[in-house]
Amino acid sequence: MKLRSSSFFGRAALALLAPALFAQTPGVLTVPDPPKLTVGRAADPVLKLKVSIRPGYHANSNSPSEEYLIPMKLTWDTAGPIQPVDVLYPKPKMEKYEFSDKPLSVFDGDFEITTKFKRAANPPLGPAFLTGKLRYQACNDKMCLPPKTVEIKLPVLMQ
Amino acid sequence: MTVPFARHAVLLGILSFALAGCAFKPSPHSETGSKPLKETSKRNKAPNFNLKDADGRLVSLADYKGKVVLLNFWATWCGPCKIEIPWFVEFQKTYKDKGFTVIGIAVDDEGWEVVKPYINAKQVNYPVVVGTQWVDNAYGGIEALPTTFVIDREGRIARTHVGLVSKSDYESDIQQLLD
Repeated sequence: MKLRSSSFFGRAALALLAPALFAQTPGVLTVPDPPKLTVGRAADPVLKLKVSIRPGYHANSNSPSEEYLIPMKLTWDTAGPIQPVDVLYPKPKMEKYEFSDKPLSVFDGDFEITTKFKRAANPPLGPAFLTGKLRYQACNDKMCLPPKTVEIKLPVLMQ
Repeated sequence: MTVPFARHAVLLGILSFALAGCAFKPSPHSETGSKPLKETSKRNKAPNFNLKDADGRLVSLADYKGKVVLLNFWATWCGPCKIEIPWFVEFQKTYKDKGFTVIGIAVDDEGWEVVKPYINAKQVNYPVVVGTQWVDNAYGGIEALPTTFVIDREGRIARTHVGLVSKSDYESDIQQLLD
């Protein structure tokens, strides 16, 4: 079941019941539009994707410490003029929360996810876009938000 | 000339007070803590649903009219929800014969594939169903977990808890409604 509301009045009613909580739920994780990646023939392109998580919240890292937790995962369309070779996540933090007996492997605050690409064989030259998806699941110390996927549109200039 | 200034000052004061009120963000505990339950006349009817449990038996909220119900939206990926479930198992043991039940609504996209092993492992002793979009919408769109509706014997919502609250908060609600 996807957690979302299509009922304005229902949302309004719940918002009245818990204004502080629902006021914080949208946009817990943000990814600014990445700058254009210029891809020459000499070196393989690298993208450092900036990610920001709202203070007070965290997202599970790419390698959660508990099996039941949903990992962060960045994936890219493989049919573009550049292809992902490796995705490198930052070193996660081990944080203890009120709801967990053991510290959990999480990301919070501002961080970067690095993707190493390689040039596709005989790509068309000129401007293009590559799409990616960042799936994550965020919580704070008292509640969890449903898993979400942020779509990323990376402008690429093939030279 | 002092009268308009005074009016502006009063208006400014009212505006500042209103803005300060908007900016105030109470914590989940203060939002739902040990406040009295919602007045009977102001309680909304809990939407009915008909969903099957892990064994295919129909669970209908309407069948629990006359009982106090703790309707808990949760998921296997939700850490705070996992703290509460053992409490709910205990409440079910303690209060079931006094006209009380917990009903769990799991919202995992994978459904029974992940929910059934979990409730078996935790020896959940109350009805659990897998939610649908319809139920989510009927309850106003569940945007955070856990979300728990405390429902009185007449099938009305007496309190909504969003986020992890204390065991004693739940127990206080249950006891107030059973009295």
